[in-house]
Amino acid sequence: MGRLFAIEIIYRGIYQKTLAKNISRSIVLAAHKEGKPGISFGRYGDSPERNGIPAKNFAIVATDDITLEEGMAKYEPKEVDITISVDDTLCKGVESWAWYGLQPVNRLLKPGGTLIVTSRETPETVIGMCHRKDQPYNLAILKGIPSFSGLWVYKDDHTDVRILGMISKILPELFSLKSVQATIMDEWKDQVKTASAAKAHETTSLVSVQPNQGNPETPYKFDLPKWHEMGEGIAIPSIPQGKAVEDPTTRAEGGYRPDRNPTFKKYTTRTMRPVVNFDTCIKCTLCWLQCPDSCFDVTPEGLYDANMQACCGCGVCEAVCPVKECVTMVNETEFKDNASQWEAWRNDKKGYEAWLQDKIKSRGERSHGFRYVGQYEEQVPEMLEIARKG
Amino acid sequence: MAQMAAVVDEQHGKQTEETALITGSEAIAVACKLADVDVVTAYPIRPYDTVMQYVCKLVANGELDCEYIVAEGEHSQFEIVKHASACGARVFCGSSGVGWMYAMEALTVTPALRIPMVAMVGNRALDDPGAFGVEHNDALAVRDLGWQLVWVDSAQEALDTALIAYRVAEDRRIFLPCAISCDGAFLTHSQALVKIPSQEKVNQFLPRYDRKELLLHPDNPITVAPQGNEDWVMEIRRQNYAAMERSYSVLKEAYADFERIFGRSYGNPFFEEYMTADADVVLMGMGTLSTPVKVAIRKMRDAGKKVGFVRIRWFRPFAAEELAKCLSRFKAVGVIDRDYSFGSPYNSGVVTNEVRTALYSSPGAKPPVLGFIAGLGGREVTVPDVEKVTESVYQAAAGKQQPLTQWIGLRE
Repeated sequence: MGRLFAIEIIYRGIYQKTLAKNISRSIVLAAHKEGKPGISFGRYGDSPERNGIPAKNFAIVATDDITLEEGMAKYEPKEVDITISVDDTLCKGVESWAWYGLQPVNRLLKPGGTLIVTSRETPETVIGMCHRKDQPYNLAILKGIPSFSGLWVYKDDHTDVRILGMISKILPELFSLKSVQATIMDEWKDQVKTASAAKAHETTSLVSVQPNQGNPETPYKFDLPKWHEMGEGIAIPSIPQGKAVEDPTTRAEGGYRPDRNPTFKKYTTRTMRPVVNFDTCIKCTLCWLQCPDSCFDVTPEGLYDANMQACCGCGVCEAVCPVKECVTMVNETEFKDNASQWEAWRNDKKGYEAWLQDKIKSRGERSHGFRYVGQYEEQVPEMLEIARKG
Repeated sequence: MAQMAAVVDEQHGKQTEETALITGSEAIAVACKLADVDVVTAYPIRPYDTVMQYVCKLVANGELDCEYIVAEGEHSQFEIVKHASACGARVFCGSSGVGWMYAMEALTVTPALRIPMVAMVGNRALDDPGAFGVEHNDALAVRDLGWQLVWVDSAQEALDTALIAYRVAEDRRIFLPCAISCDGAFLTHSQALVKIPSQEKVNQFLPRYDRKELLLHPDNPITVAPQGNEDWVMEIRRQNYAAMERSYSVLKEAYADFERIFGRSYGNPFFEEYMTADADVVLMGMGTLSTPVKVAIRKMRDAGKKVGFVRIRWFRPFAAEELAKCLSRFKAVGVIDRDYSFGSPYNSGVVTNEVRTALYSSPGAKPPVLGFIAGLGGREVTVPDVEKVTESVYQAAAGKQQPLTQWIGLRE
């Protein structure tokens, strides 16, 4: 038996589809420069992809064909040498179309394996978002704006080749920087991209993550029923109707919170979340009406509280809200939990106001790709700055 | 419907049934009336169209109160009744040949959704050439999908089987669709004397359709037919497997009750045995070819040949163990297929291959099984054809090698 290498790329459906495919393919092609066979594939169960829903690509490489077959005999690797998370908000956990429950981003990492995350955040912030793991592992941050585009467009900001450069540093047995650069020239014929790969290679630094570091929560699980435990006729009972909401200060009940799917929460789709100013809300109902995920709970006084178990972070509420800064989308990395904003506001209105202003001010600008014309151009100075510093 | 004088039921000694001179299609239409179906969809194609015309006539005459919907094609025709059945309606539809095939997508989803649709297939050759005559390949196309499939050989059996089909399909243990195959022309277009059971007895035999927790209704909000990935599909298929497995015993129950209530017995529900008690060899087949086969057998018996006949009634579920046990008594078996399965094992017809499969895993004796393809496109299967088949089967019984598949009644 030779050596088997497995690398997974966790990405945002559609927005990062081409990015993930480029990384996965290039890993195999670069390793092949050194005579290693390999395969690259997307997890079939994640398809059809939907905007922002977490999905996975895998690159499996071996030192010989027989060993590769060992890797191919399992559809999805059970452990990986490197996990690449091309969006830092995925570190909060991954709930994809392909499975049930919340998977920690570092779940498949071998002891001592490396998690590469594209982020502008510090290692401390990123480690805090990841669930704890029994064994130590390494974190490598690739400084950068998470690279989002669309199904038919690709934002060629060198995230793909920079990650390849990092891999050649972290796992030199897989391939060298030279092989990465040769692959880049084959695929893109672009000297600037080879330079980006080299720069990322040089500046790669690892942080060791210990078992006592990270999010201590147990991710929610769902056990699949046996065939005779399932209902027949491919019929699924509806979600029960909702209940009134209890005011945390007066204990008065009112409003309405719809019951939600207990087995598919979908909030890991979120990269930004709405922050609501309840003091300026005019109760126009537009956010509640337009939310495609029915995420707003109606409070006893008729306000609208975005429920973070259900919000996918699409930003429609912000777009339809007629009041300035009543609903503001803020980068998900700014938050540590899914607690109710309305309850926080009811308990401490002054404190909430300060918290709200802080979040809006440091909103950590981000987007799902083309939200408006000229948006990418606005990001170019920051991208160049990152490129210069590495 | 031409009505004949009411007759006295001899077994029960009371006036319970009337007799009518009707076609096999009309017999099924009468069963629809007796079953008080709620929704019927129609789209014309010969020979199925006869049944839709008869049902239409019953509605027009005020004898049957149902929604009668003429769809714009067979796909919609089967989809409409599928949805109506999900909403708790007792439904009826049907088709023939390529019309049945045009509905194929709807046909595949119906068993998986556990819809107890009852359909009549007026068996017809698949185009091309555009032919109206009988072949069994249309109904057989759904044999692996969870449809209960039955072939009948008389108008009386068509009527009785339609009532049994509703009872079994709508049994909560089953909830699988059922297609009743009637040979085009031979059964769909020829009139015979048929005993019409009384409504009271039918009501006693056939309970109301109750979809229970699967009822699609605002008071029972459910999502039907969502997308499911590899985490679910095997379990869903396994449920259908279990339902089809149960169909075997539920059918037996239904036939026993049918005999008790109507006083008419079909013996073994799954296959009919004719003159097999002392037979050396047997012929097999499905549908109306039973008539020339039985006549030929009587003729051959006069000449001292101990030939019997086993007519398969229920093709799905297939009573493999029972059939293998029955066939183990004979020296050789000749199966006459009114269908083809090009490129299949030994290029035999569908029924032949099923019979061989049933025998292969059976612990008992395994007589040689010869396959015969005959009567395609509605061609008559003649008494001399049957004699020719029997001759070859006797040769096989004597240990002489015979071709495993032979075409009979072919110009060559």
